[in-house]
Amino acid sequence: MATTNLHVGTAQSRLDGPAKVTGTAKYAAEFKAADLAYGVVVSSAITRGRISAIDAAAALAVPGVIQVFTHENRPRTAWLDYNYRDQVAPPGSPFRALHGPEISFGGQPVALVVAESFDLARHGASLIRVTYEEEVPNTDLAKNREAAYVPPKKRSGIKPPPDPRGDAEGALAAAPITLRHEYKQAVEHHNPMEPHATTVVWEGEGKLTIHDKIQGVNNTQGYVCSVFNLKPDDVRVISPYVGGAFGSGLRPQYQLFLAVSAALDLKRSVRVVLSRDQMFTLGYRPETIQTVALGADEDGRLQALLHEAVAGTSTFEDYQESVVNWSGLLYHCPNVTLGYKLAKLDTYTPADMRAPGAVTGVFALEVAMDELACATGIDPLELRLRNYAERDEGENKDFTSKALRACYAEGAARFGWARRTAEPRSMREGRELIGWGMATGVWEAFMMKSSARARLSIDGSLEVACSTADLGTGTYTILAQIGADALGVPIGRVRTQLGDTALPEAPLAGGSWTAASSGAAVELACRAVSEQLLAFARRIDESPLANADLAHVTFVDGEIRLASDPSVRVAVADAMHAGGVETVEATETAKPSLLTSLRYAAYTHSAVFAEVRIDEELGVVRVTRVVSAVAAGKILNLKTARSQILGGVVMGIGAALEEESMLDHNVGRFMNHNFGEYHVPVNADIHDIEVIFVDEHDDKVSPIGVKGLGEIGIVGTAAAIANAVHHATGKRIREIPITLDKIIA
Amino acid sequence: MNRFAYTRAGSVAEAVQALAGDPAARIIAGGTNLVDLMKYNVERPDRLIDITRLPLAAIEEHEGGLRIGALVPNSTVAYDARVTARYPLLASAILAGASPQLRNAASTGGNLLQRTRCYYFYDEGTPCNKRVPGSGCPAIAGVNRIHAILGTSDHCIATHPSDMCVALAALDATVRVEGPNGPRAIPFAEFHRLPGDEPQRDTTLAHGEIVLSVDLPDRDFSRHYTYLKLRDRLSYAFALVSVAAALEMDGETIRTARLALGGVAHKPWRNAQAERSLEGRTAGPETFRAAADLILAEAKPYAHNGFKIELARRAIVRGLAQAAAGTPQSQTDKRIR
Repeated sequence: MATTNLHVGTAQSRLDGPAKVTGTAKYAAEFKAADLAYGVVVSSAITRGRISAIDAAAALAVPGVIQVFTHENRPRTAWLDYNYRDQVAPPGSPFRALHGPEISFGGQPVALVVAESFDLARHGASLIRVTYEEEVPNTDLAKNREAAYVPPKKRSGIKPPPDPRGDAEGALAAAPITLRHEYKQAVEHHNPMEPHATTVVWEGEGKLTIHDKIQGVNNTQGYVCSVFNLKPDDVRVISPYVGGAFGSGLRPQYQLFLAVSAALDLKRSVRVVLSRDQMFTLGYRPETIQTVALGADEDGRLQALLHEAVAGTSTFEDYQESVVNWSGLLYHCPNVTLGYKLAKLDTYTPADMRAPGAVTGVFALEVAMDELACATGIDPLELRLRNYAERDEGENKDFTSKALRACYAEGAARFGWARRTAEPRSMREGRELIGWGMATGVWEAFMMKSSARARLSIDGSLEVACSTADLGTGTYTILAQIGADALGVPIGRVRTQLGDTALPEAPLAGGSWTAASSGAAVELACRAVSEQLLAFARRIDESPLANADLAHVTFVDGEIRLASDPSVRVAVADAMHAGGVETVEATETAKPSLLTSLRYAAYTHSAVFAEVRIDEELGVVRVTRVVSAVAAGKILNLKTARSQILGGVVMGIGAALEEESMLDHNVGRFMNHNFGEYHVPVNADIHDIEVIFVDEHDDKVSPIGVKGLGEIGIVGTAAAIANAVHHATGKRIREIPITLDKIIA
Repeated sequence: MNRFAYTRAGSVAEAVQALAGDPAARIIAGGTNLVDLMKYNVERPDRLIDITRLPLAAIEEHEGGLRIGALVPNSTVAYDARVTARYPLLASAILAGASPQLRNAASTGGNLLQRTRCYYFYDEGTPCNKRVPGSGCPAIAGVNRIHAILGTSDHCIATHPSDMCVALAALDATVRVEGPNGPRAIPFAEFHRLPGDEPQRDTTLAHGEIVLSVDLPDRDFSRHYTYLKLRDRLSYAFALVSVAAALEMDGETIRTARLALGGVAHKPWRNAQAERSLEGRTAGPETFRAAADLILAEAKPYAHNGFKIELARRAIVRGLAQAAAGTPQSQTDKRIR
């Protein structure tokens, strides 16, 4: 079947845009339910120790307070750790809210106050008195470095560092040019606009409908069924909209557990919404201390590369992400040693946060590469071209495609990189020093198994559906575009349905895999619909398509046409009449090719160029220009794709200059737990950002040639900015965020 | 947040009476800070006295200066033609703070009474002498990057967060209040206090007193002024250091100098000796540095905020240079001048 390209590859506005700007898009805390009760979480005042007593009498005495759940009266749930492991749980014992008196992280939930109104619940929560036996918390990663360990159990889906190749230490000792430095990434919290929230609707007879803030409803359903011993038929999860998540909504969070517990115990509907400060008790990008050593010849050709990272995790789970692996594949280098260790801290378990591991590791590698450029006197871009990796030398595989050279070339041209003067502090305007820096970005191009359904109606409308979530990324729109082109339907007649366990199962929306995975599934389902339609069309008496097969027809404007002669055609409605149906529906499952993944490495790449202007005396940094040139295979929607990269770049500016969750190691709490003091970029921080998608044809990475865009925009951005800061000031700052105090130091 | 009663005051006298009679009552106007504090359980008032209907929302001519009613929204002050013409320092400071939405809601009196942004003050999971007197100050040995370097005590190292108040301090405003014992006028420098051993008291207001107006004297410093604010992002962040500078010049010579710092102390910080040291001197970096040295001689760093001393030194020099040159910092152009 030849598909038209009327929609795919064009700039389409979000189909969900009107619902969002008019407020009709419902988020987890906005669904109504009869007789709804409201739960408010009480958070622990200590970080490590035990609850010695909870006095809930004052709260329970308030008329309208229904119940106070604590570890002493919590409803029974599954016994084994196994039952609490969700789809993306790292190895260990998942946190169970109200499980016992032990406190293992700051802000741990210690009670849920349920009342007839939110106000009453919050008032009740303010009356709970908890006494603790407090122990000294251990939250300082630097102090735990010596005790760091290689995680004994690997996290599913996260590749451990590949085995060493060559002799990195030996080659480093022999290399004429060497450097070895330490790099630090601060803790960042995702801070999506929408706080975590769950509304559990009690449908009677043990049946629940759950609206949860989650990046995939099946994960919520599986968790709830396993923890509360319920049948999937009795638990439907509907979460059509997610107000940003960035990874914080991959795992079911404790407000879900508490809301379901309360609903089952009280046999009524319950809503639990976390406050902004409680959002800082969930997962985060872990603090990571890294050492990168590079050895090169005078021409800048890498001879040795060592990259080791130590990252924090909780005492109960070994969260893992790929921090150092990028250093084994981004450049050609014969001698590479990579290492990744964890240190247990009295914190909640870290979580995947937009480009988990890559933001951290590529920052270190790409700043080190800039340092090598300075040490060798080679232009940073030229240095990267000299070390260009034609294959993934970490896994010894060819790439499915790699248009990184085009990213470098087109990005540099647009940025005007050739006009850069190499010497630090050599560019200025008025009081401001100007710095130009660049870095490479890389992210894995995943594809996951996904199902989807397509249903074409005789009135010409099409519905495409699967259970994945649109976190604000554009999934509603791209799936509609794919369906529209596959079946010749104008996009205005396509409806996408997402975020419902009643729909065909799709993976969690994460890892940048949704477009490739669910997009391929929608295309397969549409293809199955078209097969049925063609079969009906061929049945028509004296059908002009009697001898046509699928390879020779196109679906355009509600007609099935012979590709070689569009005047030979059958209306879809006539085909349906012939088949005696009013709708044609198909559900199909797309799967990644095991053979391809064994033979090929699949990655998105980018080249990021940044300009900073710095008032050095006062430490004020402005990021005045960023050009991000991206190679990501086929681009489905130029508009939402660009938005993904813009968002990634903005978040990268935040990581570079602003974002840091500050732990007080005496009390073990993140102290700046609000939007006033945890700084993310505001409009004034953002200037020109230009996005380029370079041509990259890839027929292996996924059936539809798509690589995904959710993460690549953030990777490398912090390094490009840090390198620009060095170029402007001559100061090499190896810790992000690069705050004002570091500039004036 | 706790449950509370609500009273709408029909007159200033009624408001004063209601407040004075109830130690756990709080005045609410814009609520931009109080409501946050209630959500964090930092403030647990048993009664809110709504004063938004009182006739305190006018800006009027007063003894050659301006009288700004306690209920005038911050944005109204910032865009008032008389204020922008005669007190551009005040307008600039207001526009350096918060967001348009907050400035629309926040009142003049409330801005004076906003409380510190110290992390510990907002977190009931930690001790805080300002929130619970006698419980301790974890900021001293904790995360204190945003904390004070001047006028601190062993009980508290919090800063006052206002931008507007830094300008009002430099302008020598007067705060007119009314309490159970009648009205009184408080010079701005005496309105906020240092923490000492009573950090729970931000101001010299007695319970039962409410702010009626802020009165600006006739000296307006409209030619040589600046409000320079340095922070962790280019907008919508509290000052790490800010400088309100107001000068009167005779050619290159400084006739009168007013200098107030924000972000460095429990109150807008002024140093009379430093101001006098500028007067009669030729404007220039050395003069400015000498004044900065005088101010910062007594500065005391903590583990994470030592940078503020050098930053304040540079900000004072830059601020005075901007004021002397008559090229004030723009609050829309995020480039520092």
